[in-house]
Amino acid sequence: MQGLIDALVDLSSRDALTGLANRRAFDLALAREIDRVARSGEPALLLALDIDHFKRVNDSWGHAAGDEVIKAVATALMDSVRPMDLVARVGGEEFAIILPNCASSFGEAVAERIRRRVEQTQVAVAPGQQVSVSVSIGGAFAPQWVRSTPTIWVGRADLQLYRAKGQGRNLVQLEPAAVSVVSSEEKRLLYESFQVQDHE
Amino acid sequence: MTAPASEHGKSRITAVTSGKGGVGKTFVSANLAAALARLGKKVLVLDADLGLANLDVVLNLQPKVTLHDVFTGKCTLGNAILPAPGGFSVLLAGSGMVEYSRMTPEVREQLQRVIDEVAPQFDHVLLDTGAGISDVVLYTVSLAGQVLVVATPEPTSLTDAYATIKVLASVQGRRRIDLVVNQTRKPGEGRAVRQQLQHVVDRFVNPPLDSPVVLELLGEIPLDPAVRDAVHQRRLLVQAMPGAPAATAVVAVAVKLAG
Repeated sequence: MQGLIDALVDLSSRDALTGLANRRAFDLALAREIDRVARSGEPALLLALDIDHFKRVNDSWGHAAGDEVIKAVATALMDSVRPMDLVARVGGEEFAIILPNCASSFGEAVAERIRRRVEQTQVAVAPGQQVSVSVSIGGAFAPQWVRSTPTIWVGRADLQLYRAKGQGRNLVQLEPAAVSVVSSEEKRLLYESFQVQDHE
Repeated sequence: MTAPASEHGKSRITAVTSGKGGVGKTFVSANLAAALARLGKKVLVLDADLGLANLDVVLNLQPKVTLHDVFTGKCTLGNAILPAPGGFSVLLAGSGMVEYSRMTPEVREQLQRVIDEVAPQFDHVLLDTGAGISDVVLYTVSLAGQVLVVATPEPTSLTDAYATIKVLASVQGRRRIDLVVNQTRKPGEGRAVRQQLQHVVDRFVNPPLDSPVVLELLGEIPLDPAVRDAVHQRRLLVQAMPGAPAATAVVAVAVKLAG
């Protein structure tokens, strides 16, 4: 009986096509990770990924081919992360990866490794017909020590994903580290017009 | 303290922060609390400037029990909440809190627990944070629903207020930040400061964001010799000299905050 329950629980947390964690499991894991980051202060990275030009594959080769591409990307993602990372399929051609205890200095390298691994993937969409596939990746680190919310964190990673898409796809875009440094250009703008108003 | 929960059930938690020190953050917190109390609100000020607490100095209190005793289990939270001269309640950090000036998981848990417990008992909880953008300050601000930045028209204060706004927008996803401009030298200077900050935020902070950061001016407090007198007498301005221009300005901020 316990075996059956375990199997059902496992089934309800997996995406049927890829075997990756599904949306539900992702939401649970994300909430857990936010809690952990707030308590431990360990850095954690959230990546939002989207297959580039997926509609073209579907339109040109049919939905079965589209499914093959999704499965191949899922395998590539699983192959390029650590066992402790959670790879989830969160939408049609959308994926997300939670990387606990990932130092900010490694973020770019990790995301780039994932992007390259997918880029090297060839998918057979028809007999004798291979297509290459790529993903755009956006990422944001959880604010250390701070209890964030899933919506804010996902929103920040998504925003970077849009930027990666906008800059030509097959790219990694991580949220720049929060800079409390004020550039000289910002300073100039802060004071200059203020002084102008002062003399009015 | 067995006060009934406010009608809203949960109080409004406001972090009062500044970026730069010495701009009158604690002065604003204490007098704002007194002004809110006068409006009939039940108010608690929590001295969250853990390393360099001086709310006790401003209020001329010599607390026997502090947040430190609550953290170490020496006294209950209820016993550490003290009445302040202005008709509001305070939870003082005390000088024993120096050891908490760095954020550890324990301090975070304790602060969170304290705030969860006191919040339902008050209409307003003001968190008087430390200056700067340390992890302690950022964490404290993250516990608050709204954040109020105190700035003066000095260039250094403007820069630090701007840096604070920038970090809060990017790290905590803040999109609305309240502003009080202290020590203004002429009427309308607060509005000019807000405009200036908003202008630079629009130019450098807002472009990549999903929705823009909006600065809301809660009020300007004029440079007023009465403030210095009150501070030297270690009394609250709104109590000692309620007719002073700075006092009426603080009351106006309170009305806006309560509204």
